[in-house]
Amino acid sequence: MSATVLTGIRARRRPVRSRALKPWYRNGTLVAGIVIVGLLVLIAVFAPLLAPYDPIKQNLPQALQSPSAAHWLGTDKYGRDILSRLLYGARVDLRVGFLAVLIPFVVGSVLGALAGYFGGWFDAIVMRIVDVFFAFPFYVLVIALVFVLGAGESSIYLAIAAVSWVSYAKIMRGELLVAKKQDYVVAARLGGISNRRTLLRHIGPNVLSQAVIYAMSDIVMDIMAIVTLGYLGLGIAPPTAEWGSMILDGQEFITTQWQQATIPGLAVVVTSLGLSFLGDGLADLLNPERRR
Amino acid sequence: MLDRLKFIPVRLLQSIPVAFGVTIIVFFMVHLLPGNPAVAILGQTATPERVAALSEKLGLNDPLWQQYLLFLKHVVTGDLGNSLTYGRPVKDMVLQAVPVTLTLLFYALLISLIISVPLAGLAASAPGRLRDFGVRVFTLLGQGMPQFWVGIMLILLLAVKVRAFPVGGYGETPLEHIYYLFLPALTLALTMTPTTIRSLRASTINVLGSDYVGTARSKGAAGIFLFRRHVMRNAAIPTVSIIGVNLGYLVGGSLVIEKVFAVPGIGSLMLNSIFTRDFPTIQAVALFVALFVVVVGIVTDVVYTAIDPRVDLSSKERA
Repeated sequence: MSATVLTGIRARRRPVRSRALKPWYRNGTLVAGIVIVGLLVLIAVFAPLLAPYDPIKQNLPQALQSPSAAHWLGTDKYGRDILSRLLYGARVDLRVGFLAVLIPFVVGSVLGALAGYFGGWFDAIVMRIVDVFFAFPFYVLVIALVFVLGAGESSIYLAIAAVSWVSYAKIMRGELLVAKKQDYVVAARLGGISNRRTLLRHIGPNVLSQAVIYAMSDIVMDIMAIVTLGYLGLGIAPPTAEWGSMILDGQEFITTQWQQATIPGLAVVVTSLGLSFLGDGLADLLNPERRR
Repeated sequence: MLDRLKFIPVRLLQSIPVAFGVTIIVFFMVHLLPGNPAVAILGQTATPERVAALSEKLGLNDPLWQQYLLFLKHVVTGDLGNSLTYGRPVKDMVLQAVPVTLTLLFYALLISLIISVPLAGLAASAPGRLRDFGVRVFTLLGQGMPQFWVGIMLILLLAVKVRAFPVGGYGETPLEHIYYLFLPALTLALTMTPTTIRSLRASTINVLGSDYVGTARSKGAAGIFLFRRHVMRNAAIPTVSIIGVNLGYLVGGSLVIEKVFAVPGIGSLMLNSIFTRDFPTIQAVALFVALFVVVVGIVTDVVYTAIDPRVDLSSKERA
């Protein structure tokens, strides 16, 4: 009797254990994400070596060519090689996407963590501000802010930061509300450890993973935002190669040269798929017990 | 039932500070403009007289708090000034554009439900199997595509290659509106379906595993009947709040989609105003949209409570 019970338990526990201890390279989603994102980063870094032509220099006699051996993806209305612009575009879109996450990640996480940890009036104020920012749809506020702050990369960072810190604040506040009731935190506080040390050394490492996982999907959103701003003519100024403004240029010739608007969009899709895989894989890795 | 709706007044009170916050942000947007807002609005080439006149008109010479109170008074009375480009009252321009955008939004909502419900059911009926995986690929791709690009691809396929729909515009008659808005609405719907499908799939799997579905099955209910009668009704509840949240997101999306399809809604109004530096119009649109989202939030909570007897928002639990 007891033997069957024991084996029953063992049989049920084993898969759970092996999943938790599975090394990261056995996690298919994570590996796929690392490979895709890694390749894109390499393309961005080595764009000058990979690109067959100058992405900016105009060559009007060669304008609007269909794909050929000389220009694999054809040329745009200024005769610029679309493949070269695509490769250089990865530099701009990836850089802005990754950098734009930093400020909201830090500001939002810190404010949310403090609000959740201390509660009281500070929490009330921070959360009301969060509510206010949540009322504005992402693009309405980003577009208005980019306009107000003036075009350019730094305005884009500021506008995205002003809008997206709220998500981090919400996530971290929620995590802190749970964490501060846990035994190890209560023990640390009872042991006379200062608030600062409790937050940084004891709670921080345990709750940060949620914000990191969210940051992965946030990068996707930021890249979407940059591409969208570029499409609306509010992004990185031309003639810099950027996927959103390439789609805008291509839309004009949708009836004759469909690849012009299609291909930069596909680049965005591949990028966001890679980052989504990376995020999902990280989520599995960082909290194995939360798997579906 | 009535008892459960007691939270509505409290919920309305809670929205007041948020609405105030929205007016503060929209008000201060003007003051984020570098230098004198009047110069920023009129451009560097404006004559000093024009700048002085506009400063006076905007009340820029008064203390900030007085300017804010004046702005608040204008918001309450609905007088948001005249468009700098057209000279018409901004309020009229916004009110003219709002029905277009609202039609687009609800059209998109309808299409997205038509797509999501069967797909979510399909995925939930066999979690982990091939069709579940297929639906998952669809949602992943849907999330990874820029909205405006999806619009352009639909134009390419359904308006250029197959000439079934117009490339853009709004049409004249209501019937034409439905026809012209189909592609923009489909675009918005496609970008909204991934989240709806995820939520519906998860809650459907939950409901399918519950005791009362087991009971219904043992009594012989199966297939579409079981699904419609027993599963869908309960699985839909969490999705209502997801849709509510998404509606705000959808408003932001429609801003961009209107530009792709040249739909004369508030999105086009805002973007055109940005290129003409028509600040009162930008302010008015931002204000309207944010207040709309606040109202949608309240409506979502009410609907949520009304359809699910287990939800009680009047309790203190909600933080």
